[in-house]
Amino acid sequence: MSITLYLPGDSGALALGADEVVTALQVEALTRKLDLKIIRNGSRGLFWLEPMLEVVTPAGRIAYGPVTPHDVAGLIDDDCLNGGQNHPLYLGKPEEIPYLKNQERLTFARCGIIDPTDIEDYIAHEGYRGLKAAIRMQGAAIVEAVTESGLRGRGGAGFPTGIKWKTVLGLEADQKYIVCNADEGDSGTFADRMIMEGDPFLLVEGMTIAGLAVGATKGFIYIRSEYPDAYRQLETAIVAANRKGYLGPDVMGSGKAFQLELRLGAGAYICGEETSLLESLEGKRGMVRAKPPLPAIKGLFGKPTVINNVLSFVAVPTILDKGATFYKDFGMGRSRGTMPLQLAGNIRHGGLVEKAFGITLRQVIEDFGGGTATGKPIRAVQVGGPLGAYFPTSLLDTPLDYEAMAAAKGMLGHGGIVVFDDSVDLALQARFAMEFCAIESCGKCTPCRIGSTRGVEVIDRIINNENREKNMVLLGDLCDTMLDGSLCALGGLTPFPVQSAVRHFPEDFNRPQPQRSAGRAAAE
Amino acid sequence: MSGLAAARSWDNDAALSIVQEKKNLDGALMPILHALNDEFGYVDASVVPIIAEELNLSRAEVHGVLTFYHDFRKAPAGRHVIKICRAESCQSMAGRELEEHAKRHLRVEMGETSPDKKFTLEAVYCLGLCACSPAMTIDGKLHGRVTPARFDALVAEKH
Repeated sequence: MSITLYLPGDSGALALGADEVVTALQVEALTRKLDLKIIRNGSRGLFWLEPMLEVVTPAGRIAYGPVTPHDVAGLIDDDCLNGGQNHPLYLGKPEEIPYLKNQERLTFARCGIIDPTDIEDYIAHEGYRGLKAAIRMQGAAIVEAVTESGLRGRGGAGFPTGIKWKTVLGLEADQKYIVCNADEGDSGTFADRMIMEGDPFLLVEGMTIAGLAVGATKGFIYIRSEYPDAYRQLETAIVAANRKGYLGPDVMGSGKAFQLELRLGAGAYICGEETSLLESLEGKRGMVRAKPPLPAIKGLFGKPTVINNVLSFVAVPTILDKGATFYKDFGMGRSRGTMPLQLAGNIRHGGLVEKAFGITLRQVIEDFGGGTATGKPIRAVQVGGPLGAYFPTSLLDTPLDYEAMAAAKGMLGHGGIVVFDDSVDLALQARFAMEFCAIESCGKCTPCRIGSTRGVEVIDRIINNENREKNMVLLGDLCDTMLDGSLCALGGLTPFPVQSAVRHFPEDFNRPQPQRSAGRAAAE
Repeated sequence: MSGLAAARSWDNDAALSIVQEKKNLDGALMPILHALNDEFGYVDASVVPIIAEELNLSRAEVHGVLTFYHDFRKAPAGRHVIKICRAESCQSMAGRELEEHAKRHLRVEMGETSPDKKFTLEAVYCLGLCACSPAMTIDGKLHGRVTPARFDALVAEKH
């Protein structure tokens, strides 16, 4: 009898040797004459346990991890194919692992469970129920449900999704577009990647609903080139959805058309900025556009365009299926629903944590993350990517919601949380923020293009103890200029990590002698 | 798609047929440049007037796009392409030290190819592997939690 195994094909699992584990399983199957069916699922997001093998047994799935190719023979000897409990890598039922059990997975409900290439598996796990509800509704009613749910843009800015959609719905045009921003460039974030690799039909469904809602017949997903696996999974999903009539000239018999195409970025961080992304989609340099006009009014090829982040679109099917109230009942204040947080960097239990808004940074890092990977004390936490602030440990009780983070002079951004232990040098981190901005600036506005390079130079002088006091004043002025004068968030938010480092870790900018650590030498 | 080493040497006739195959896509220039970069391992400057002619753009516009994006190579890479993540999450797990080690080991700076054309070392800013930092790729294959020793072992496999 065939035994079904799940071993993730997720990039994170691949980077930890998942393919080699599959090869070892196939070798054992041949030599022992076993009939194994290996499904490459997405990751459950428990990366310290990847590659995590799951075996389907009559009692449900049983997990083992982290598995190396050398463990495979021993696992089979210890009867893992029947859910045997004797092997040291035995984890029990995955859904009972506290890290997973204590989450509120709405968006990531299926990720790691289904076969991401199989549309039937998606449908069998409540897939396409949101779209089914949507085709019976008027566009305005769909928009109303999204507005009512309180969903805000998960890319970082937190703009209410429903209001954006309403603007596009209200415009007359011969063509409207739905564009998905899958240019997930922030360090510390991988939720978009995980959902595209592990549950790609969810994104296809979310965008299709958006198309029906605003009357757009064509959509584009702009995926960064660093995510080739996500691209391939979506390519497969789009073909399958077309074949089954979930995409195409007559979506689910509604008489309405919706087509989806994929486009690949080319290594430019700035293309995660929405107007730059639209330029890139049009085949141009990724130069930021001045706003107004908003993309909702004049977007892709000058047409009304809904442009949202992956995590915004993938929240929509749940809202349509279970209702706006269901979704809205999660969260706090004006941040409603759940947020897929990503625990990264120097952390013992890194991974994906989907929780209702309002959990504190400390709860995520300590209760889920289990402290640093190196075992040293935490010194700083950067939240929200390379443009997010560095938090000291005294601010770890800040709740993760849009307003509370802003009040602490930080931002939630795309939900990436990067932990640093006490070996971090915040002057170097501030320098890197400026350096990154200089590398990735599109060059359109002066504060960003030139300010970032000047910023690197000023921080170098501070580190080298040249006119330190005057240069600190200069750095403050430069940050204010970038903040107020930049055209988009790259130049406008680069001061966040810099100023937070100065504010919370002044001692790092005030060392008597430049230290010659490996890291510092690297920066010089 | 991930800037691998050249599959074949540059051929303007083959390049033209790639351009013609993709030219009717919406926003065709990016898919065209990607296809050329994938096919030949780089985009030769001689294709700029060809693309300009086919897409009814100026040569300056095509050149501008070609040079804006980090992914499009102007010359062939070495036989093996190593990309090391330089972003914050990897920094928190000794990524800077890994980068220094790689440069010393391969005797190149970031963005350079070794004199024997065997290795090209490049920076990448986030591979989305931030829960297993530091991360890198060799010829597109992903590796997480890379130590200097692991780096040496992975490079030795390519020798």
